[in-house]
Order: sequence, then C-alpha cells, then structure tokens
Amino acid sequence: MSSNAVPALGRREFTRWFWRQLTSMRTALFLLLLLAIAAVPGSLVPQRGVDARAVEAYFLEHPKSAPTLDKLGFFNVYTSPWFSAVYLLLMVSLIGCIVPRSFVYLRALRARPPKAPRNFSRMPASASFETAASVDEVISAGRRAIGRARVDVVDGELSAERGFLREAGNLVFHISVVVVLVGVAVGTLFGYRGTAIVTEGQGFANSLTQYDEFGSGSLFKADQLPPFSLKLDTFTAKFQALGSQQAGAPRLFRAQGTYTQKPGADVRTFDITVNHPLEIGSTSVFLVGQGYAPVIKVTDANGEVVFNEAVPFLPNDPSYTSTGVVKVPDAEPQQLGFQGFFLPTAATGADGASISVYPAAANPLLGLFVWHGDLGLDKGTPQSVYILDKSKMKQYKDGDKSYRVSLKAGQSQKLPNGGTIEFAGLRQFARLQISSSPGVKVPLIGIIAGLAGLVTSLTIKPRRTWIRARRDGSRTVVDVAVLDRVPRDDLPADLDAFLERFREALGETEERTS
Amino acid sequence: MTAAQYEQFSNYAVASATGILALAFVAYVAQWGFARRIAPDRELVTAGAAEGAPPSAEGTASERSDVAGGIGFSLTGLAWLVLLAGVITRGLSAERVPWGNMYEFGCAATLMALTAYIVLVRMWAIDWVGPIITGFGTVVLGLSALVFVPPGPLVPALHSYWLVIHVLGAMIAGSAFLVGAAASVLYLVKARAERTTADEDRVGFLWRIPPSAKIDQIAYRVHAFAFPIWTFAALIAGPIWAQYAWGRYWGWDPKEVWAFITWVVYAGYLHARATAGWKGKAAAIIALIGFATFVFNFVGINLFVSGMHSYAK
Ligand code: HEM
Repeated sequence: MSSNAVPALGRREFTRWFWRQLTSMRTALFLLLLLAIAAVPGSLVPQRGVDARAVEAYFLEHPKSAPTLDKLGFFNVYTSPWFSAVYLLLMVSLIGCIVPRSFVYLRALRARPPKAPRNFSRMPASASFETAASVDEVISAGRRAIGRARVDVVDGELSAERGFLREAGNLVFHISVVVVLVGVAVGTLFGYRGTAIVTEGQGFANSLTQYDEFGSGSLFKADQLPPFSLKLDTFTAKFQALGSQQAGAPRLFRAQGTYTQKPGADVRTFDITVNHPLEIGSTSVFLVGQGYAPVIKVTDANGEVVFNEAVPFLPNDPSYTSTGVVKVPDAEPQQLGFQGFFLPTAATGADGASISVYPAAANPLLGLFVWHGDLGLDKGTPQSVYILDKSKMKQYKDGDKSYRVSLKAGQSQKLPNGGTIEFAGLRQFARLQISSSPGVKVPLIGIIAGLAGLVTSLTIKPRRTWIRARRDGSRTVVDVAVLDRVPRDDLPADLDAFLERFREALGETEERTS
Repeated sequence: MTAAQYEQFSNYAVASATGILALAFVAYVAQWGFARRIAPDRELVTAGAAEGAPPSAEGTASERSDVAGGIGFSLTGLAWLVLLAGVITRGLSAERVPWGNMYEFGCAATLMALTAYIVLVRMWAIDWVGPIITGFGTVVLGLSALVFVPPGPLVPALHSYWLVIHVLGAMIAGSAFLVGAAASVLYLVKARAERTTADEDRVGFLWRIPPSAKIDQIAYRVHAFAFPIWTFAALIAGPIWAQYAWGRYWGWDPKEVWAFITWVVYAGYLHARATAGWKGKAAAIIALIGFATFVFNFVGINLFVSGMHSYAK
C-alpha cells in the first residue's frame, strides 16, 4: 500500500482499523453471504474432486468456455483460491470475534448485576403497585418470583440478572464452527480415498497401483496405506422384476468374500452392502457401484490362446449399457484392440440399434469393433485400461462399414486375421471405494456441541430485573422495571406475568396502580 | 387392505386434499377480499353501535370476512386430515416411510407444513398467513402430481434409518422456513404500508393483522426454531448417512452444496437481526433468499442437475 493512500493512518493504526473492520458483525454478515454466493458455481458445473469424468465430458461439450472456466477454478471451486480466501477470512473474523468476546464474557461472569437506574419509566417495561407488606417482605418475595438469577440488594433496591448461559451457548457455537472446520481440514490433509474395480474371483491388495482413481490430502504419505488385501468371491445384484412397477430399479447390491488385515494375518470373511461398509482399522471399504465383466477368450491366427480374462465394462446408464476395451498385446502377427459395448439384456430399439432394456443379465450381448497394429503399450507411459490408443492402429472393415463382432454368451466368431474371439462367460465386478479420513469424529463432536450451544443461545433470554420498594405511610410502594438484552415486543405482557408471580409470592392479589 | 388398495386410496386422498386445500386458499383470499374496505377502528365503532340495530354494510362485510376466514381454517384442517390419510396409506402400500422419492416428499412436506401452520395458528394466532400457506401447499401438491411414481421399494442407497431422520428433520425445518418466509413477506408489505399509508387510508385486511414489529418477532421465532433443526438435518444427520452410503461425510454434491448455502444464508439472517442497519427489511429479504435456496434445492437440483442425490427423480 502506498503511504499517501491513507495519509492519516500509520501502519499500526491501519492494522488496528483493518482488524476492527474484519471482526465487525457487518463484515461477518457480508462474508457469510459471500460464502453462500461463492459456493453456487460448484453446484452448476461438474467438479474434479467429485466426478472427474463429468468434467472431461463438459470440456468436450463446451470447448469454448471450459478452458476459461478452468482458469477461474470453476472445476475445483471448493479448493480454489477465491473460495479459500472467503472462508479463511471468515475464519479469521470468527476467531477475532470469539477471543475478545470470551474475555468480556469471563469478566461478565464475575460482575455483579448493574445498579438500578434512577428512572424506571425510561426502561422498556416498568410498573408500580402498592402493598401492605414491609420493604423486606417485598424484596424477599421479589427474589422468589425472579427465581434463579444473580441478585444484589442494596437499601430496598433489588437488581437481578439472569440468562448468562445465552452468551456461553453463543460462544460454544462459534467455537465449534472453528473446531469443525479444523477437523475437516485435518481429515482432508491426512486422509485418502480411492476407487478400485474388483471382479469376482479376483483380489485387491491395498497399494497405489491397484487403484483406478486415487486422491489424498497433501500431508498423506503413500507408505501409510494399511497393508490389507481382499478377495471378492461373489457379487449379488437384484433389480425390480421386469413387468412390475419400477422394473429395473436396483434393490440389492452385495459383495462377499474374504480379507486379511495384513500379510500373514487370519483370513476373515466380509459381506458388504450399500450403507454397510467393511471397516479395517481406520479404513473403510464401501460398495459404490458395480457392473459386468464378460470373460473374453481370443485365439490368434496360429491357434494359440493369447487372451482369456474377465474384462470390466463400465456402465453408462441405469440399464447398464456398458462400454469397454480389450487389449490383446500377445496376438500374432499384429496386436489386437477391441472397443465396444456390453448389454446385459439386449433388445432391438426402434431405430434398429441394439439397446439394453434391463439391468440384470437376461440376454447378454457383446458388440465390438476391432483394430490391429501397435497398442502403444511398450512406451513405458502408463495407459488407462479403459481407453484404446488408436494412433498406430487400423480398424478392420467389412466393405465400407466397420467390421463388427457381435456375440451372445457362449458364442464365438472368426476374426478377419484368422483368429477367433469367444464370449466365454460372464462375471460381475464391484466398484469399491476405499477411504480413510483420520479424526472423522472431531467434526462430528464439534457440530453436535455447536448445536447444543446454538439451541442454548436461541432459547435463553438474558434479562435484568430491578425492584425498588419504599415505605409511604402505612403502605409500601413497589416499582419494577425489566430489560431484555435481546429486543422483544412482548416484554410488557411478560412483565404482567412476572407481577402476578410477584404478588403471589407476596401472598396477596392487590390491584395494581401504574 | 392390499398394497394395491392402499395405493389407490392414497392417490384419491392426495388428489382430494389438493382440491380441498385449493378451496381453503379461495376462502382465505375471500377473507382478505371481503375486508377490502374495512378500517379497523371504524369497524370497532360500528360493531359497538350495532347491537340490536340492523347491521351496517361494513358490519356485514366484516362478518363475511370472518366467516370466510373460519371456512378457510376448517378446510385447511380437513385437507390436513385427508392428506395425512393419503401419506399414511402411501407408506402402508410401499411398506416403508412415505418419503422415498420426489412425489412422496412433496406430499409429506406439505403435510408437515400444514401441521406447522395449524399448530402456530393455535399458538400465536397466525391465521393471516393462511393464503400464502394454502396457496403454496396447493402448488406443491399439484406439482408433486407431475412427478408421480407408483409406490415401490427404495433404491439401496436409501436403506438407512438415517434417511428417516435426515428427511424428517429437513421437512420439519422446511415447514418452519415456509411459515417464516410467509411471515417475512407480510412483514415487508405491512412495514412498507405503515410507512407510506396515511391514517385515514388504512383500510383492508392488512390493518387487521398484527403490526409489523409483531410479525417480525413471529418470523424470528419461527426461524430460530427452524435453524437448529436444519443444522441437525443437513449438517449432522445428512453427513452421517453419507458416510455410511458413500464413504465420505461431505463431498460437495450439488444437493449438499445447496443445503450448505441455505444454512449459511439463514445464519446470515440471524446475524442480520443483530446488526444495526440490517434489522427489519434487509433481514426479511435475507430470510426470503434463504427460503428460495431451500426450494431450489428440492426443485432445481432434483430436476436439472445430476448428482448422487438425483435418485429423487
Ligand atoms: C462461520 C461463520 C459464522 C456462523 C455460521 C455464525 C452463526 C451464527 C448464528 C447462527 C448466530 C445466532 C445465534 C444467536 O442468535 O444467539 C450467531 C450470532 C452471533 N454471531 Fe455469528 N456466525 C459466524 C461468524 C461470526 C463472526 C465472524 C462474528 C463476529 C463478528 C459473529 C458474531 C456473532 C454475534 C455477536 C452473535 C450474537 C447475535 C445475537 O445476539 O443475536 N459471528 N452467529
């Protein structure tokens, strides 16, 4: 900042001024509303951290605007600099608010109730009445009527204050907002989350190479991955029966198998369903999706079996129209690549194309196009198993149309190069999410404490009450005034109710003169 | 009864409740309409003088307005009863809690909103928000019919008792938010009228409802009730359920984003009420924005944005 911009303020004054602005209620309000606005874009365009594939699709659909949005951080809104800036400012403002208020509160805890004001009629609600009781009787009756409160009595004047817990609740609430944010941050920094596809009959060992997608916080170290392994034996998927209402809606997903906590440990069985993860130490294994893995057997022109594996095809829609890729690097004389779709229940659609009409495998059909050439696997750069690099491959043709493999379960077909491909079997795969967020309990406990504080602060009324009693002849004149530290419009009615209790405590029901 | 009979009964009941609620709305509008020309203080005078004497024009208008209001409340009560039967039988036919998809959510949420309204009419005599509540309820029930699906079991991700708690909490909070929004609208209208209308022009039903300060107080209380429940439903029960179902308690799914936005905006409302210069009008507008974000979450996000929660379609 150039020094002539704020000539009157030295650095210290400026800092103090800035701090006061930042911790003012108005700024807090402004930052809260700004946070709400800043959160909006992340719900309208896909987010990398939530669905990376949707982001890629968005780039293809909006080639013009996507790069600009990307530069602005719209695909990573919740980790973008501007979103972080807003919530960090809010955090600082919050802490700057909590600390001084806590000191004020601690002092107020020891303070005595303020002395009675001279003029009661200036208070938001006040009243007077006369009684035959003595001044002492009036004061002690007033005390009883007020109930639990901090009370001082000086010369026939009673001052009472109650509702200290309101501010305590408010402070607890604001402190727990900080606790929650810190807890979430720690869990994110040290945690990890990844997904892996595991086909029936296959295993998974918890190391980075086995994940399809993996993300971790910046303080996470890969050697912290707990060394468990598991094997999927059977996967069960049930869908609402064809012909019934909501046919095809998912009803049950269940993965069963065995696992060991670390190499050499006991083998135990697991049974994971949606909402019922497997817990291994601080790691949880969730079932987040499933699909089909047709077993594909390829024989090359020399009659040798060069490929015989279950290949996961990733589902694209609720009836599990799935797409996938088969790479056969050992085929002779040229490597082979297949790309196409798998339909669990194939039917012919209106336009003559095959579509899947039901998610269970009632009439499975495999449809593939075939490429030959160099799969590009030798370069050393890792390749996705779901993408076929066609840059050095040529597609087989059938006249001017693409050559096509179309197989029902058990069928096989001759390939143009003399080999055969067979749809040899069908397995299912489970998409497992493996995650650990250390200290998940911290934000949970924080928010529960916060809720308790919030309810306290919203329900407790902080109230000051003053009673002044003086002898006037044979009667005692009693003046009462109340002040709520949160504005209310029903104070006079509340005062009436109090007066009733007061006179009851006095043991009389005298009419009031006000 | 069989599941199919329950289903049919439920469909008829929901349709009837929609019709009855629409009539309640008409009655409430008539209550305001009949009182169009009545000035509150002049009416007091005529009412006092009218004993025995033939009722004046204003006296009958006032009576008609009262009768229409009474009919409106009775019809709202009836709609509540019929809708309650509809929601219960829907649950019986599906053999689970009746809020597993958007149609059911619309019905159950309207039921909850009517419950909140009826309770608050008894507690704080807020029958003057009747036209807004019944109008809104009719629209929600009508729109729910557009996304009707036959009852069926739940998709696996919804198999959790946290669903029951989470959605129930969201509906209770939402009902209170609706009442709060209705009161905030009337607060804005009334506060403006109080500023701009000369004493002799103060005629109509607007001057029979409480003064704006009182309306503001009621709006605040309703929001102060709703906010902790929303905190619980959206930021405690929701994340716990998400942790079981998806392995993360918070993932910035569009639905979660908007639940968070709603929460932040209402926190803003509570702050605004304690900030000089923001009390009153600005606070009421923030409350309305909060309600708009809440509604958008259930309509806009379910229908237009895909995310993990879009099973609600
Ligand atoms: C994450 C940010 C924040 C959230 C979610 C939040 C939320 C809330 C809520 C819900 C209330 C209402 C409770 C009540 O009325 O007793 C409240 C009250 C209050 N907040 Fe915050 N707050 C935040 C930040 C701040 C900051 C930064 C300040 C400091 C300027 C602040 C100062 C206050 C004060 C003084 C009250 C008491 C208002 C009253 O007496 O009604 N808050 N806050």
